[in-house]
Amino acid sequence: MARPALAASLEAVLGDRGNANRVFEILELLAAKEEEDVLCAARTCRRLFAALLRRGELFAGSLPAEEDALRGNYSAEEKYKIWMRHRYNDCVESLSELLGHDSFQVKESSLCTLMKFWKGSIAFPRHLLKVVVNGLIPIHEDASLLISRFQEYMEYEDVRYFVMKAVTESIGQVMQKIKERPLPFYQQNVFSLISPINMPNKERDMVKFMMKQDNQEEWKVSKLQAHKQAFERMWLTFLKHQLPSGLYKKVLVILHDSILPYMNEPTLMIDFLTVAYGVGGAISLLALNGLFILIHQHNLEYPDFYKKLYSLLDPSIYHVKYRARFFHLADLFLSSSHLPAYLVAAFIKRLSRLALTAPPEALLMVIPFICNLFRRHPACKVLMHRPNGPQDLSEDPYIMEQEEPSESRALESSLWELQSLQNHYHPDVAQAAAILNQSLSEIEDDISGLLELSASELFDKEIKKTSANVPLEFEQVRGLFGKKNDIIAEHFALD
Amino acid sequence: MGKAAKRKKKASTSSKAKGSAEPTIAMVKSNPFEVKVNRQKFNILGRKTKNDVGLPGVSRSKAIKKRTQTLLKEYKEKEKTNVFRDKRFGEYNTKISPEEKMIKRFTLERQQNYGKKNIYNLNEDEELTHFGQSLAEIEKLNDVIDSDSDTDERGALSAELTAAHFGGGGGLLRKKASTEQEDEEEEKPKSRKELIEELIAKSKQEKQERQSRRESALELTEKLDNDWKEIQTLMARKPPKSERKDKEAEKPKPDEYDMIVRELGFEMKAKPSERMKTEEELAKEEEARLQKLEADRLRRMRGIGEQENKKKPSHVSADDLTDGFILDKDDRRLLSYKDGKMNIENVEEEEDKEEEEDKEEEEEQEEEEGEKEDNENEEGEEESATEDEEDVASDNHSDLESDLESEEEAAGNKEQKKHKANENESQNVEELDPKMEAAKSELPYTFAVPESYEKFKSLLAGRTVEQQLTILERIQKCNHPSLAVGNKTKLELIYLKITSLLFPTSDFWHPVVTPAFIYMSQLLTKCRITTLQDVIKGLFICSLLLEYVSLSKRFVPELINFLLGVLHISLPKKQAQGYTVVHPFTPVGKNLELLLVCDKKDLESWKKQNLPLSVVTRLKELSKTEINHIRLSCLALCFDLIKRCAVLYESLPSFYEIMHPIRVLLTQRVSVSEYPEQMQEWYHGALKELENKTKHYTPLICEKKKPVPLKQYTPKIVKVLEFGRKQGGSKKEQERKRLIHKHKREFKGAVREIRKDNQFLARMQLSEIMERDSARKRKVKELLGSLATQEGEWKAMKRKKGRN
Repeated sequence: MARPALAASLEAVLGDRGNANRVFEILELLAAKEEEDVLCAARTCRRLFAALLRRGELFAGSLPAEEDALRGNYSAEEKYKIWMRHRYNDCVESLSELLGHDSFQVKESSLCTLMKFWKGSIAFPRHLLKVVVNGLIPIHEDASLLISRFQEYMEYEDVRYFVMKAVTESIGQVMQKIKERPLPFYQQNVFSLISPINMPNKERDMVKFMMKQDNQEEWKVSKLQAHKQAFERMWLTFLKHQLPSGLYKKVLVILHDSILPYMNEPTLMIDFLTVAYGVGGAISLLALNGLFILIHQHNLEYPDFYKKLYSLLDPSIYHVKYRARFFHLADLFLSSSHLPAYLVAAFIKRLSRLALTAPPEALLMVIPFICNLFRRHPACKVLMHRPNGPQDLSEDPYIMEQEEPSESRALESSLWELQSLQNHYHPDVAQAAAILNQSLSEIEDDISGLLELSASELFDKEIKKTSANVPLEFEQVRGLFGKKNDIIAEHFALD
Repeated sequence: MGKAAKRKKKASTSSKAKGSAEPTIAMVKSNPFEVKVNRQKFNILGRKTKNDVGLPGVSRSKAIKKRTQTLLKEYKEKEKTNVFRDKRFGEYNTKISPEEKMIKRFTLERQQNYGKKNIYNLNEDEELTHFGQSLAEIEKLNDVIDSDSDTDERGALSAELTAAHFGGGGGLLRKKASTEQEDEEEEKPKSRKELIEELIAKSKQEKQERQSRRESALELTEKLDNDWKEIQTLMARKPPKSERKDKEAEKPKPDEYDMIVRELGFEMKAKPSERMKTEEELAKEEEARLQKLEADRLRRMRGIGEQENKKKPSHVSADDLTDGFILDKDDRRLLSYKDGKMNIENVEEEEDKEEEEDKEEEEEQEEEEGEKEDNENEEGEEESATEDEEDVASDNHSDLESDLESEEEAAGNKEQKKHKANENESQNVEELDPKMEAAKSELPYTFAVPESYEKFKSLLAGRTVEQQLTILERIQKCNHPSLAVGNKTKLELIYLKITSLLFPTSDFWHPVVTPAFIYMSQLLTKCRITTLQDVIKGLFICSLLLEYVSLSKRFVPELINFLLGVLHISLPKKQAQGYTVVHPFTPVGKNLELLLVCDKKDLESWKKQNLPLSVVTRLKELSKTEINHIRLSCLALCFDLIKRCAVLYESLPSFYEIMHPIRVLLTQRVSVSEYPEQMQEWYHGALKELENKTKHYTPLICEKKKPVPLKQYTPKIVKVLEFGRKQGGSKKEQERKRLIHKHKREFKGAVREIRKDNQFLARMQLSEIMERDSARKRKVKELLGSLATQEGEWKAMKRKKGRN
């Protein structure tokens, strides 16, 4: 094993400057093949250079080239320091290479060592940080584990600031190199590095710094404004490039909550959100939330917003997992009483048409939703009650395929869909749909509790119901397939 | 004013006491000094007041009068135990005038004294008696005849003797005590003693005669019997044997005839029963019963009257682990055996309440269990379909299962023997009920599932059948799936099918069927479709759902979605246009073309076959052709289901919209020509049902709501309760308040009465004292006066003397 040897070298180097050349023995091992050896070497490096840093035995300031230093007229002391500094740089270099090592242990160890160096250094080692960040976001592999290990350092205001800057720089370089081709791993890594960033809300809160500066007050890093700027630039750079759809959704999910509030200019996100909104499907649904914030708080004018929202309604909205979020927002958007009746009617009609394919938990939510729309827009009540209309229609006047709500002729139609749902197998749904026959009460239903309703909850609810009387089938059982017109007997065999 | 009134009142009472009351009251009422008017501050319309005019004088005099009659009397008779009862005729009857009274009294007195011989003998008419006989007369018969000597013929005593003893109607002693002298005159020379002796002699003679007569009769019958026997032996032609037999049989054996009579007498009398019904009537009854059941079913389907029958015993949840639960006698029926098999049918027909509960428990349990892929056990299930078996989770309860079901292979012969043993035991044990009750309480409440048959046997050894059942039940309850994760086993699709057999699936809400519905809907929407097996399972669920709703025609969106999805995966990729598939199917991505068959040969060789459920487990073993055939069968099934859906949902107002995606897919995407002929038939069958429906829409109209009544200004009517206007509270509370109020009022009234009584008494006592004092004063005065005169006289005498 190399461990005793390493320990000996460490003792020697630290004990006597004459033995300084034994540093090479340690550095050599960093490139060893055995994982154990590498780990050991990294640990030794950490101890060695940490001690040297503490003692101030490393050269500070602009570092002359090694040859120059030997030739130039430096004192022996200075020469030693310069030489040692070069060894330190060698070590940092090999450690950053190790960040791409196969083994997680090695990666972690080298990361910790680098961060330890960082703590010990005098001025903020921006170069070192860049090395670390580049090591954290490799292009071809998933580094989420390492990144999560790194998160503890992101608590420091200065580290976070410089990481954001480094990431921005890295994205620019990497993306330029590969010319707009999506890099799933790289982007994923970047996302997992930057998404947990927890920005401070007030400048007062910014107290945790890794490095102490003399002129702390004037230092740029201590200004929230600067942080926000860096944050904004980082995200904009990141989102400028095309994202894989999974990542797209992830970004959109956190956008309104942990990105927009910390930007200096949230309106800069408009482009991104507009594009996302136009993608369609779940991505559009998710973009809605960010758009809402922009419209609501930042006076964004979005042309044909409702038309777009209308086109978002397709059968999948009742089945996707973002259903609660979407309907929460849709409820908000449609809460305005200034909306034209044709628009609301088109929404009602489309929602109920789609409800024909919805699972019961969604139906239990959407029926009160539709009722609320009726309450807010009494002009739409013709959909429920048309006393003087034509008696027999051969066709539903509503045109489902029409993308323009104003031309969908929804106001000429009736809610036959809900009438059909009165025959739904789930008793609660049938009951909810039966409200169609009665005139609505004035008070709106509270649907917030229904938004998150899940299928398993429905089942549990049914199971918990107790009944005194359990009716039994009165037809006598004649075997498993004894019934008349047994479909299963017709098509299945038990053998 | 008060004083004046009092005085007046006194005057009036005294006057009123004699005359009739009514004119006085009228007079009093007209007297303004007697009347007290309670003035009302406000006139309230429609209020009737009882007390607007009062007659305080009258009421006070009434009260005083009443008190003098009751309280004063009591007071005067205080500490006196003797009561003087005045029995004079009509003494207190004021209705009879004194003259009449006197006349009546006189007549009464005369009547009493009438018929008295001796006017000086005051007690003459009172005669002392004993049992209705005059004691004076009885005393005369000094010597009593001892009748015990002839107990044999007690009833045979002659009338004369009886008369002599008890003084009956005989003429011998009929004479009155008052006429002693006459008696002596009439008496014959025979003395009393002689007479009685004569009597005795007579009766003895009679007795003897009777005895001799009876003996002769006996002899005669005996003789007759003997004669008859002789003749009988001749007739029976077996003279010696029968003779002997008869002699033996004569005494100990009761007559055969008698025996039969007795038997008939003791036999259950045939009770009039309902007459046998003809087949027509039976059929009619059955029909009526079915109609009623069907009507019930329809009612439940529409969800009406859910809450009607609330009285029935409360449902016991499956999780109910009440420690002290009691095994009802009915439970025994759960396990009845017939030829070593469990006899469930009886139980089902009986439809006990317990049964239902049990079933429900089991069903719930079934639903909780997950899906189970292998269908190894299905055969067994199908045959037995026993509830109890289902109850038992199949993995760790195998021992139990074997006990309950003798067909189980593992159980073998031992089990059979055991069942027999159980049967025998059950017969012996019937009478041991009280003992058992005690024993049952000693059983522990929790049992671990026995690991082996031996352990299980030892657990049950030495227990009675009921105890064994208790143990089994407790084992089942203690190891219920809901109690531990390990107990939970996978559900088989068959359970859902059984549910549809046991319970009416058309109910609007049903404690078992509704969860089953939800469960199946979740199976169809949540489970990913990645393999052909998944498709088959899904189609099975679809068929089940269709069966469930076949009567109620309820709309199941998941079913349509799934069928659309199945059709979708039977198409080549990149054809999903004009319709949208929803979860679990995806328009693009993996797992498409699961049902796509391109092999021409397979297409041609295909024949519709029933999908064997076992495919679900052994799909890998099948050849490619077979798999392709299964795919095609799935597709055919799908077409059939679509057809059935179309028929079922025809009446829904948005039928066209519901079926729209499927129609688009069928007409525009499916390349029919590639299908084999049989498949084309299926396809066209489905399409036909979809197409030839007329679209028909009627604009919706809300039910007319009741017109809101106009606001009216009629006063709010509040019920005036006995205790005033205090409203609110429940009926019970009101009743309580009423009682409290009443009690208060009564209490006050009583206190007032008592106070008035005391005042009255005090007044009386005072007047008594005053009277006494004044009498004493008067007497003292008198005495002093007499003394003074005495003294005066004495002094005058002295003076006279002195003068003299």
